[in-house]
Amino acid sequence: MTQQTPQSNPSFFQRIPLAFTAFFQVLFAKMPPPVAEAPAAVAPVLLKEATPDAALQLLGLLQKEARLIDFTQENLSNYSDADIGGAARVVHEGCAKVLREHFTITPVRPEPEGSRIALPDGFDASAIRLTGNVVGQAPFKGSLNHRGWRATETRLPKLTASHDVTVLAQAEVEL
Amino acid sequence: MSTPRYAIGIDLGTTHCALAYVDIGASDGETTRYGVLEIPQLTAPGAVETQPLLPSFLYLPHEAELAAGDLNLPWSGAQDFAVGEFARSRGALTPIRLVSSAKSWLCHAGVDRRAAILPFDAPPEVARISPLDASTRYLAHLRQAWDHAHPEAPFDQQDVTVTIPASFDPAARDLTAEAARTAGYHNLTLLEEPQAALYHWIQGSNGGWRKAVKPGDIILVIDVGGGTSDFSLIAVLEREGNLELHRVAVGDHILLGGDNMDLTLAHVVARKLAADGKTLDPWQMRALTYACRAAKETLLSDATLQAQSIVVPSRGSKLIGGSIRTELTQEEVRATILEGFFPQVDAATRPASRARAGLTQLGLPYAQDAGVTRHLAALLGRQAGATAELEGFASQVDVDASFLHPTAVLFNGGVFKSSILSERTLDTLNSWLSAEQAEPARELAGADMDLAVARGAAYYGYVRRGQGVRIRGGTARAYYVAVESSMPAIPGMAPPVQALCVAPFGMEEGIETDLLAQEFGLVVGEPVHMRFFGSSVRRQDQLGTLLDFWQPDELQELGEIQATLPAEGRGIGEIVQVKLRAVASETGTLELTAVATRGGAHWKVEFDVRGTA
Repeated sequence: MTQQTPQSNPSFFQRIPLAFTAFFQVLFAKMPPPVAEAPAAVAPVLLKEATPDAALQLLGLLQKEARLIDFTQENLSNYSDADIGGAARVVHEGCAKVLREHFTITPVRPEPEGSRIALPDGFDASAIRLTGNVVGQAPFKGSLNHRGWRATETRLPKLTASHDVTVLAQAEVEL
Repeated sequence: MSTPRYAIGIDLGTTHCALAYVDIGASDGETTRYGVLEIPQLTAPGAVETQPLLPSFLYLPHEAELAAGDLNLPWSGAQDFAVGEFARSRGALTPIRLVSSAKSWLCHAGVDRRAAILPFDAPPEVARISPLDASTRYLAHLRQAWDHAHPEAPFDQQDVTVTIPASFDPAARDLTAEAARTAGYHNLTLLEEPQAALYHWIQGSNGGWRKAVKPGDIILVIDVGGGTSDFSLIAVLEREGNLELHRVAVGDHILLGGDNMDLTLAHVVARKLAADGKTLDPWQMRALTYACRAAKETLLSDATLQAQSIVVPSRGSKLIGGSIRTELTQEEVRATILEGFFPQVDAATRPASRARAGLTQLGLPYAQDAGVTRHLAALLGRQAGATAELEGFASQVDVDASFLHPTAVLFNGGVFKSSILSERTLDTLNSWLSAEQAEPARELAGADMDLAVARGAAYYGYVRRGQGVRIRGGTARAYYVAVESSMPAIPGMAPPVQALCVAPFGMEEGIETDLLAQEFGLVVGEPVHMRFFGSSVRRQDQLGTLLDFWQPDELQELGEIQATLPAEGRGIGEIVQVKLRAVASETGTLELTAVATRGGAHWKVEFDVRGTA
């Protein structure tokens, strides 16, 4: 319990919340992929606004099953890695359950990571990100660093009209 | 009635319900097209999700507990209770408002099953419901879920099969049929769960079952679900070149299942924590039970693992600081589950039973011995002669056998998702067989532990229409009423009782017995109670057989039965002479009728004695 985690170098467990932050940015921002050089505006681009309901509902599920909000709201510097590891089991199992029950997630590319693949002309640039020496013409040949993930199915609970999704977890009072 | 498009099978389980269906028109012979209904249910206040299983739990919320609309379902906004996942999870926190194990209450003859008694330990201000009501609500939920998903094929026009434990007595069967009718089920048949599991195995084999079994086989179906253990023995014989299946025996009703196992493990771990000065509240205890279930499955499936970590999350928002960490070891799981519930005993072992204190039992009569293998040994020992009179079996019956020798085993129920437990059970059985120089029994593979019963029931609804093999066997018990002997009373001794057989063993559906020769005098306007017995071993007794003596384990006393003659056209207090007649109905229930000797008027004899209130 007295063991203090070095602050300068975040431990594995301290990186978990960071990973979730990134996860949510990817999942919910629904922003178009960053464009390196914005062309001179000809016509105004309409940006899609994500409705918060589904995002809040998912947050509620992650709190219910994985205690994710509890976990990320705690100050890790007070705890040993062993304590954090115990809680991480709850979070890991719960998150896995939420993903398994509410989404069908498959890799974008079926090939094993590290293998060489070729991308034909007209490949789906929203599903595949090119990095490194991005020059020349298709077909592009490169090494698969990450297979990517795609949600092929989403099954969120249906809500009654009166349901307040901003309540991510109810306060609990025992009588 | 129009021709049904679907044969629907419903598993009305102690802990879960499921609904499967066979598309009759799209199926041909032994090739069937089936599906499993995804059942919409509340999973949180105001949130509806579909799941293939509907937990058999009902929650009766306080009027201030939920916001308006929180209990709305896609088909109803007027319900003031919840069934399914939300009922289970909310009820675990507020057990005084949770109805659970309604099915076990439905077959508990010691209580009035139409009386509002559940939740059993609720304070007076909670409006309770009866076990019959609870079952009705689960069945109604399934009907509404079907109608919501299949508006083109209304539920009440389909062929519906609801499963019941093989061990259900006539009263519990009657009550299940009544619950189904109240829930709006019209074309209803009841089917025993172990038979449904075997039907599912037959369906899954796509005709291959004829090669997997042979005449002379005795198939033992072992069904250990969340709350009950149920056994059946089914013999394979050949008649006119065709294989036939005959259910020859069923086990007793044993309230012992997977939930008991997980709870036992949770208590083992909780004791360890208590030794360290950490106590758990009921909420944490439930979380611990879930964690133990998962850890148990991991440990049982990999014997090289020494231990699994278990984390009981904190109840407050301090997850890291407030959680309790511990572990479940391989040794603990083996000692508790394998040795506690599936001990390797020998075939002569019998379950321990303590004499019950007091006459009336309060609460459910849980099995007093947790050893599933001991209950199995008792069944096989009791049924040693079950096939003696079966066609084609006489030659192979071993007179020295101390128990009935099964040749094949079909496992069913969530507990056997862990192959270690099915292997242990099979090994124990085979050690009994080898001790009597018999061939080891083989496992019939290919079961689907969660959905086999619902799917098998749907398949049964399909084969009943003339396609494919059916399991025969009729009633698995002979039934008797007590008649006071005409012997002179001896002071200090209870008047001796004789047992009169009113329905012989193996009555097939649609069969009606002759009128019993014996006459009874019924007093008009006054309910007459009769003691009622069942026997799962006395196969030879005919209608009207009068027993003076029987072994204590041969006849089991069931709940009292009751006949009331309405006063119509008769004077109150007048005595009418009646005879009894038994009918095995197409639905799968037993009906006893009292027929007046003069005039032929008749009345139904109720198996379930209503409360006096």
